[in-house]
This record gives sequence, structure tokens and C-alpha cells, in this order.
Amino acid sequence: MKLRGCLENMRVVELINDCLGRFLAENENSIILGEDILSPYGGAFKATSELSAKYPDRVITTPISEAGIVGFATGAAISGKAVCVEIMFGDFLTLCTDQIINHLSKLPWVYDNQVSAPVVIRTPMGGGRGYGATHSQSLEKHFCGVPGLSVCAISEFSDIGKIYDDAFASMGPVLIIENKSIYPRQLRTNRFRDIADADLAIVTYGGTTELCVSVAEMLEEEEIRVKVIEVNYLSPLDTQTLFAELGQTDVVLSVEEGSPGWSFSSELAHALINRKIRAFKSVTSSDNPIPSSTEQEKECLPSREKIHDAVVQLIEETL
Amino acid sequence: MQNYYDEFEYSLDDPRSNYRLMLMIRLFEEKLLSEFAKGNISGTTHTCIGQEANAISIVNNLEKDHDVIWSNHRCHGHFLAYTGDAFRLFAEILGKPAGVCSGRGGSQHLAWNNFYSSGVQGGLAPLAVGTAFGYKDNGAISAVFLGDGTMGEGSIYEAMNLASLWNCPVLFIVEDNAIAQTTPKSLALSGDIKARGEAFGIQSRSLATTDLNELIPVAQQAIDYVRSEKRPYWLHIQTTRLAAHSKGDDTRSKVEVDEMKKRDCLALLSRDFEKEEIYQEVERFIEESFEAARVS
Repeated sequence: MKLRGCLENMRVVELINDCLGRFLAENENSIILGEDILSPYGGAFKATSELSAKYPDRVITTPISEAGIVGFATGAAISGKAVCVEIMFGDFLTLCTDQIINHLSKLPWVYDNQVSAPVVIRTPMGGGRGYGATHSQSLEKHFCGVPGLSVCAISEFSDIGKIYDDAFASMGPVLIIENKSIYPRQLRTNRFRDIADADLAIVTYGGTTELCVSVAEMLEEEEIRVKVIEVNYLSPLDTQTLFAELGQTDVVLSVEEGSPGWSFSSELAHALINRKIRAFKSVTSSDNPIPSSTEQEKECLPSREKIHDAVVQLIEETL
Repeated sequence: MQNYYDEFEYSLDDPRSNYRLMLMIRLFEEKLLSEFAKGNISGTTHTCIGQEANAISIVNNLEKDHDVIWSNHRCHGHFLAYTGDAFRLFAEILGKPAGVCSGRGGSQHLAWNNFYSSGVQGGLAPLAVGTAFGYKDNGAISAVFLGDGTMGEGSIYEAMNLASLWNCPVLFIVEDNAIAQTTPKSLALSGDIKARGEAFGIQSRSLATTDLNELIPVAQQAIDYVRSEKRPYWLHIQTTRLAAHSKGDDTRSKVEVDEMKKRDCLALLSRDFEKEEIYQEVERFIEESFEAARVS
């Protein structure tokens, strides 16, 4: 099945919708589960728009039972179904943590791989919309480092079609993190991915990628050459691609939307520890829950200004 | 090492062969406890001593070639009734490569054909609903064993709701031994267990017995219902736990446990025939299975 239209003219959520449509079209054993995903609503962020009209038996709207849904999905996958689950807000992953960690990701290995559980869980994370402390978090770090679970993140700069194809082809569970700010955005190309003789590399993922790219644009005018490396595979961390993209660049700024500590930045620092890195800094959210107030939320989350300042500071320190 | 079902003739209709199977489960677990006490096995175990009739009545009424069984931490009886493979279970608990899961799972985490168990209370209930859904068109059903202690876990209520809502052929069995580790039911459970099934529109039944001959037709009826109606069923069985939760952690008085022993399923089943010869052949089977596992 061909993707509709030209990729450049698509919005992220439309491409995700296409990927889900192909998942249903190409495999009669595939099902999608989630809350409020039926037409005409099509999910809180419209990712499943129109799909239930076309596949009424295989797009299944569920009660508000995140643990039950993921457990059900695991059982259905063990019995041969290909299953994609939408968790309406990433914040609610906490409700299915036992199912993800103790069941979905663990049991196939503990059962000596006599079974496989190919379940793809996709969920929106991130703030910037004033949704407050329980609908704005970036909780993915709590699911990174779980044996048996792959965690990836996308942005409007990612090869979303390939990431989805790989997730659906995987024999094990995959958690796809979609920062909610990216859904309405047009797909784009990251022209700062491969900058020769970069002064500094920003390494980031998901929703903060766009901030980093726009900071790179600003700095270009100031004649500071910044490379923006977007990581798609968070756990296990895809260090091979990371090192290839980093090349000889030895000043690194890590940017993430999650809270500080035990985080993407920590994992990145660990990955870089034996490479010749002259300076490393990170920009994260501040160490508190996400406030509802627009002003306070801005102060809490990473911003262009914070990233810009951190880059300038790193450059000055390493002159 | 021979599988129990290959070595001994078995028929669910024959009380003598049921007794022999039940004794095999009992002696398997007594052997485990004695080897733990001698320090020959490490890790943990949870025996089903006193509850074996449930395992036999449910598991041996299922169609083993395609029905799916989800068990829990107290899973040896369910597993042995399903597979008859004492050697592989001993090997698993001993951490040997010949074990059911090559030693990765141990006592609580077993998988063999369509049998699965794990150690998180209630965690497998939604998976059972998932396999019931997944295999529905093949005529297969799923069965999931819970306990009275599991009634405190929210995941089972999500699973029950999904099973009823989506017409999933799953049999929920609550083996109610009236105690969760050391906490009596009176300190952990409000209301009524059978009513919990009914509240979800699930066909529900409650009975208090350890007598296999009473359990077999009840299990048969429940399984027939699930298979023919393609609907869930909630079966609450009041049973007895005659041994500790794990190895030595029984806080109940001897008087209390002795009173329960009057309902020992093994004694109830063997009233009408000579036991000595059966005991010897089963004991030999268990000893040989353990030894084969030990040296494997």
C-alpha cells in the first residue's frame, strides 16, 4: 500500500495514521486497541482517524483499563495476533508498568523464548500545552533499560515509516514515544544532521529535536556550526548510529524534555565516557512536576533560549 | 525419564487413576520440601498440598492440545496434571538446562506448550483473556487460576470486565484457601467472591469441597459452558491449604490445620481401595524423576 501524497506535504499524525492503516491492511491478524479510538473521534490525537470505519472488527475501543489492555494485548500476541496499543497519554503508562515490565517484556525470555509477544505500544508524551502535571510528562526514562523492551522516539524529522515498519516487524515489544507537540507538524528534513567540522553536537530525541534545529539555525547566523543528532532508538541506545553521526565532534550538548537525573543525558554521558569528549552539558526540564500555568510551564521545559545559552556557554568554555 | 502419563494409565473417570495422579502431585511437593530442608534445592517454592483436586478436575477436563492454562505461584499441581512431567519440573526447580524453561523460570515461572505460570498476583488474568480472544475461532478456551489473596489485585477486575464485554471464552478459577501467605481472608476480603463474578455479568458458581468426585462434574459443566457459549465463567472453590505458604511460614495453629486435614482431598478419594501398592509405584516414580533431574 502506497503512502498517501508526498511526504513533505504530510503532517506527522497523518503519516502515523497511514502506518497504522498499512498495519491493518497487510495483516489480517492485526488489531489496534486503545481508548476512544473509534471513528469519528479517532483517538485523542486522531492517530487512528477513519481506521475503525474500514476495519470495524480489528480497531477495538477499550474501557479505561491501561493495565488490562496491555495484558490482553500480551495474551493476544502470544496467541498469534499482531497487536498495536495506543495509551492515550504517556503519563498513563504508569498504570500498565507491571504489565509492561513484569509480563510483556519479561515472560518470553523467562519462558526460554518458547513464546513471543510482538506488541507495539505507542503513546504521546511531553508538555507545552498547559495540560498540567498528569498529562504533560516525559516518562520514557522509566521504561528504558527494561530487558526485552525496545523504546524508540520519533519527531517530524524522523523516518517514521521505517521506525513503524521495524516496530511491527519486531518479534518483541516496542514502545514508541511520540511527543504530542509533533502531531500537527509538517514532516521535515534535519539539515543539521551532517555538518562538517561542527563546533558542537546537540544530541536529542523526540519533541526537543525541533527546538535544537531552530537553535542551530539561529547559531548559523552567528557563525557557530552546530550538528543536531536526533536519536530514535533510546533503549537499547543505538550507539553505533550515534558514534557514526558524532564523528570527530568532541563538544556535546544533550537535550531532553524529561526531568533531570537517571536520564537520556545520563545514558548518553555513559555512552561517551571512553570517547575523547572535551565538554558535555545537558538541558532538561527542571526538577519538579510540570505546572499547568503557561508561564510556569515555559520556565520548566527546555526552550530555544535555554538550549542557545547552553551551546554558547559550551563554546566559550572550550575555545 | 518417562512421563507420568506414559508410564501410568490414566482416565478421569477412574477414581483409582485419579488417586494415583493426585498422590504423584502430593509426593512431588513433599519431596521438594524435604530436599529444600536438606539444603539440596535453593530458591523458593509454593506447594499446593491440600488443593490437588482442583488441579486435576480443571486441567484434566480441558482439551490439552489447544486449550490454554494460566497458573500462578502455586502452580506445580496444575503443571503436573497438564504435563505429567515430574522430571522436567524437578530439573527446572533445580535450575538445570533440562528444565521446563532451562532453569530461567524456576518454581513459579513455567511454560510448556499451552501452559504458563508466573509470580505476580493477578498479573496473568488479562493475558488469559487475551489468549481466550486470540484462540476463540479455533474452539479453544483459556483457564486462569487465581486465589482468594488475588482478589485484592485490580488487574483481575479489568480482566473480568474485558472478558465479559468482549465475550472471551475464559474460565476464572478462584482457589480460595482462606489465607493469603499469612493473612486470613477475614483481614483481606470484603463482600463475597462469587458476587464479584456476577457483578460483571459473568456466569458464576461457588462450592466448598476438596472432593475430586464432586469437583469433576462441576469443572466439566463450567468448561462446557465456556466452550459452547464462548463466554467467561467464574468458578469459586473453597479449598484447604494444608502446608505453609512457601516452606516454613505457616502461622496457623496445629489444631486449625489438623481440623482442615479432615478434608484432605487425598484421603477423601482413597476411601474405597487399597493404597499401598499405588503408593510404592508413585514413590518410585518421584524418586526416579528427582534423581534423573539431579544428575541431568
